Amino acid sequence: MNLDKILKELAGDHQELKIMEVCGTHTSSIFKNGIRSLLSPEIRLISGPGCPVCVTPASYIDKAIEWALTPNCVLLTFGDMMKVPGSEKSLSEAKADGARVEIMYSPQEALKKAAANPELTYVIACVGFETTIPSYALVIEQTERSGLTNIKFLTALRKVMPALDFICATDNEISAFIAPGHVSTILGSQAYADLAEQYMKPFAVAGFEGEHILIAIYDLVKQVENHKHEVHNLYPSVVKPEGNAVALAYISNYFESGPAFWRGIGVIEDSGLYLNQKYRKYDAGSADLAGDAAQKTTNCRCGEVILGKINPDECPMFGKACTPAKAQGPCMVSSEGTCGIWFRFTKK
Amino acid sequence: MKIVMAHGSGGNATRELIKDLFHKYLANDYLDKMEDSAILPVSEYPLAMTTDSFVVTPLEFPGGDIGKLAVCGTVNDLWMAGAEPQYLTAGFILEEGLDMDLLDRVVASLSRTAKEAGIKIVAGDTKVVQGNGGLYINTAGLGFRKSGRNIGTDVIREGDALIVSGDLGNHHACIMSQRMEIINSIQSDCANLGPMVEDLLQAGIEVRAMRDITRGGLGTVLNEIAEASNHAVEIEEKRIPVDPEVKSFCDILGLDPLYMANEGKFLCITAQEHAERALNILKQNSLGTKARLIGSVAETGRPLVTVKTRLGGKRVIDVLYGEGLPRIC
Repeated sequence: MNLDKILKELAGDHQELKIMEVCGTHTSSIFKNGIRSLLSPEIRLISGPGCPVCVTPASYIDKAIEWALTPNCVLLTFGDMMKVPGSEKSLSEAKADGARVEIMYSPQEALKKAAANPELTYVIACVGFETTIPSYALVIEQTERSGLTNIKFLTALRKVMPALDFICATDNEISAFIAPGHVSTILGSQAYADLAEQYMKPFAVAGFEGEHILIAIYDLVKQVENHKHEVHNLYPSVVKPEGNAVALAYISNYFESGPAFWRGIGVIEDSGLYLNQKYRKYDAGSADLAGDAAQKTTNCRCGEVILGKINPDECPMFGKACTPAKAQGPCMVSSEGTCGIWFRFTKK
Repeated sequence: MKIVMAHGSGGNATRELIKDLFHKYLANDYLDKMEDSAILPVSEYPLAMTTDSFVVTPLEFPGGDIGKLAVCGTVNDLWMAGAEPQYLTAGFILEEGLDMDLLDRVVASLSRTAKEAGIKIVAGDTKVVQGNGGLYINTAGLGFRKSGRNIGTDVIREGDALIVSGDLGNHHACIMSQRMEIINSIQSDCANLGPMVEDLLQAGIEVRAMRDITRGGLGTVLNEIAEASNHAVEIEEKRIPVDPEVKSFCDILGLDPLYMANEGKFLCITAQEHAERALNILKQNSLGTKARLIGSVAETGRPLVTVKTRLGGKRVIDVLYGEGLPRIC
């Protein structure tokens, strides 16, 4: 079926349904391509919890700042973590106050820096889902092999499947899911089969171009209307049914599962990955952050946003007290965060 | 040999640095007088003045270096007001440990670019600070608006055409590739835009306003234009020129070429009836072969920038928030 026909059908009459795109990159592409403006009002797209920055707890930021303020320690982080609010301040604010924070483009940078500056300890802020976790495992392997003792890993690594299970188990309003594309390259399309069966929800694995997403939406609409709940891999050139065995082996070699706190949601059992016993010597205190005592109560409704219960503009702080320049909640911080994407693309 | 604190002391080492390096490349009648101020001749034309600071790392990159950038950036700012650049000042802040050969190459490049742009360097300054071998340059530029044209956002009209002079995002993608040690063939577009602007003005094109598309990229420039002129601006995504290698680079890192910095591209707003001719003039220049008409100025009283997407949808383009850093996942 050609795209014009798909566009015509999706703009026509439909039963009311909610489709969740779990992945922040999908959300971004949906807005970039103006896809919402092409759909019938009955087809609602809900943005899910698929931005690792957004779900990182305040206590993690506090711990990262603590390391950055420790003499002879440097915290290395990806840029989009800099503005995430901790209980008192963000990494960006802490840096302005003298904390030693450096933005990295790749965790591999730590190896070169640590070798060149043996008097300093480099703490890598490791945040991400299954897509990025193997790259951290690779750096652990290289650290071990090089004999460097001045690299540590502060992890807030999250598994997507337990979060999806949590959403399916607690919210029956979501009709179907666009499966997270990047994560699917690692986990494989068949990873969603049990959820699809158990909760009777269709899944479509999609690429990130606008056309890919439109085709996935069309597929899911048809599945819902035909009372089907299958997993369709619409991105077979990149996503294999079985996933990436090498990457999965890296994850299981270095990490073990445990409970983890998802900002705005709470603790989800078995959803965090922590350095296992053999490599725990490199850990910078990550396991103690499974709860989040530091989380402050504010009017921020990011939790409801990432569970798809409300749209960002239904939060009273959206665009007023909370903007990308002065983010109150994590969803406004990252370029992949739902609130930030809404703010940038829905200015009236 | 490296820069040491003594090079900034004002004493013998400073004099040697100026004589052996700066004078070697920058000597001219104004600078050679070594007065505290340069005395410049009176002009019958309105003056345009601008200043900019350059803090790029790495200091040398494919397609340019901080010296070339320091001249092009300031010269382009003058041209965007329709002013022909005449004089430049250059202030160097050198960090202790800076490699002297690197400084030599940068000053040579700055001198060469200034000569090519027909601008005289009439005053300079050097300071040395503690650090790790870095280098910063501040330039101020003075030009004359000989065309007599009133070029600025206040003369923008509904229906005017928007033209960009070429592919977007190359400078930003080049610098980021260098920092991330990614091997590719992306080059900075660092260039003097003067010849293209001169061609447009001399051909009598009704140029309403111009902006060089630097930090914040086209998205930010369009918003500045919309707000300053109080007009809505509409562009078409499929018309925005982006080099395929830059596009792939952006796709991988989650960056948007619309918000990426350029150092040799400009947005030209012309009367709609002159758009086709303006485009042809730009395309005749080697820097403008990829020039495209990307959209038009729409209704008045509504400073909103929108883009028609490839799929036919519509979305808003806001200014860049934050730093445009690569995403985590």
